[in-house]
Amino acid sequence: MDVIIESLPIYWDGFLRTLFLAAVSGIIALVTGTILAAMRVSPVKALRGFSMAFVEIARNTPLTIVFFFCAIVLPRLGVRFDQFEVAAIIALSGYTSAFVAEAVRSGVNSVPVGQAEAARSIGLTFGQVLNLVVLPQALRTVVPPLINILIALVKNSSVAGAFFVLELFGHARQLANDHGDAVMQVLAGTAVFYLLMTVPLGILAHRVEKKVAIAR
Amino acid sequence: MTTAANSAALVSVKDVNKHYGQLHVLKDINMEVSKGEVVVVIGPSGSGKSTLCRAINRLETIEGGAIYIDGKKLPEEGKELAHLRADVGMVFQSFNLFAHKTILENITLGPIKVKGVSKATAEKEAMALLERVGVAQQAPKLPAQLSGGQQQRVAIARALAMKPKVMLFDEPTSALDPEMINEVLDVMVQLAKEGMTMIVVTHEMGFARKAADRVVFMADGQIVEQATPEQFFTNPQSHRAKDFLSKLLTH
Repeated sequence: MDVIIESLPIYWDGFLRTLFLAAVSGIIALVTGTILAAMRVSPVKALRGFSMAFVEIARNTPLTIVFFFCAIVLPRLGVRFDQFEVAAIIALSGYTSAFVAEAVRSGVNSVPVGQAEAARSIGLTFGQVLNLVVLPQALRTVVPPLINILIALVKNSSVAGAFFVLELFGHARQLANDHGDAVMQVLAGTAVFYLLMTVPLGILAHRVEKKVAIAR
Repeated sequence: MTTAANSAALVSVKDVNKHYGQLHVLKDINMEVSKGEVVVVIGPSGSGKSTLCRAINRLETIEGGAIYIDGKKLPEEGKELAHLRADVGMVFQSFNLFAHKTILENITLGPIKVKGVSKATAEKEAMALLERVGVAQQAPKLPAQLSGGQQQRVAIARALAMKPKVMLFDEPTSALDPEMINEVLDVMVQLAKEGMTMIVVTHEMGFARKAADRVVFMADGQIVEQATPEQFFTNPQSHRAKDFLSKLLTH
């Protein structure tokens, strides 16, 4: 127990870094995921194909391999970054955006097709139909699964710790090395700090779910 | 009601074909609708009448032939198609009001986003339209709070807000409870009297008798017979039409 109290500043630092990593990756993933979903339902075949290929590859590849790709292969291809953190953000947001795209796509499919037909029939363009009519309705049904994806993202960000990014898990690894006699406590403390992020998200998901159900 | 004096076709359907897999749903359809004309399309279910109606603003693609609106060929995709659709009002069987927008927003969305009308003007015109179809007091509500008949009248107002050249009705009363059918038909009869060009797919023979200039009878993807309502209902020519009408009268 002493170990945890003693190390609170380190935990706190790791907590903030994990939060930062998850928040930045989360925002990027939400935006790119929504764009990927829009491409997937667009009338342009090439866009549909690209989106499908990206989503299937990204979400069916183990996250660790995505990290290896971003941390090791990308630099060899000429993409350089000063910190591993950038690689971690690319890996996490790329991987997560595939799940976001699938969630948004299922949300788009949950909007009755008549809504889009009515929108088209008053002369809205494809982009307007999507932005003004379909996505606002789709996102409501999609919020609960999206929050689940964000919870997974917070937990997945711990993989970055294995790639020399000093976030919560990275710090925990060092603490465990420094306090070989109290590994259990160190890990339990780490878990508590992860729960501090994921449990509120879960509660939020539950509340939003109740609130945004639209009557038809 | 007289048949339109203007002979230039507002809607022109030429040699249109369509398949759903093996099923040939539209077979060499040719049809012209003049300005101000009210055409009622009837026929047994599966005859292709809804598909034809939806093809006219390209909610259904067609395989052969062409459709012209006011002399312009219906484009296949993109901005030009959106522009042309703005001139063609559509009323659906299932209303399809935008579920996340209020009644007023449902009406103003098109004028504001497609025509660039200011919000204040759009709202003023929308209220006038809602007044006309008798649901003005529902303006701030969401569609789900309205009855089916009210929703369908709002849907008609939404289409009218675009000031369309022609209105398409795809079985507008088929999803309504019997006591609500008349309130919708009344609005449609009024529209017809005001000179709107209309293509109406319906099972309401009363409406066809009262408001139609011409009845188009479809069966098995073909236009079998076209006549004035008077001629069609009293003296149908084709075997299919006689058969269809006799089935209607048995109940």
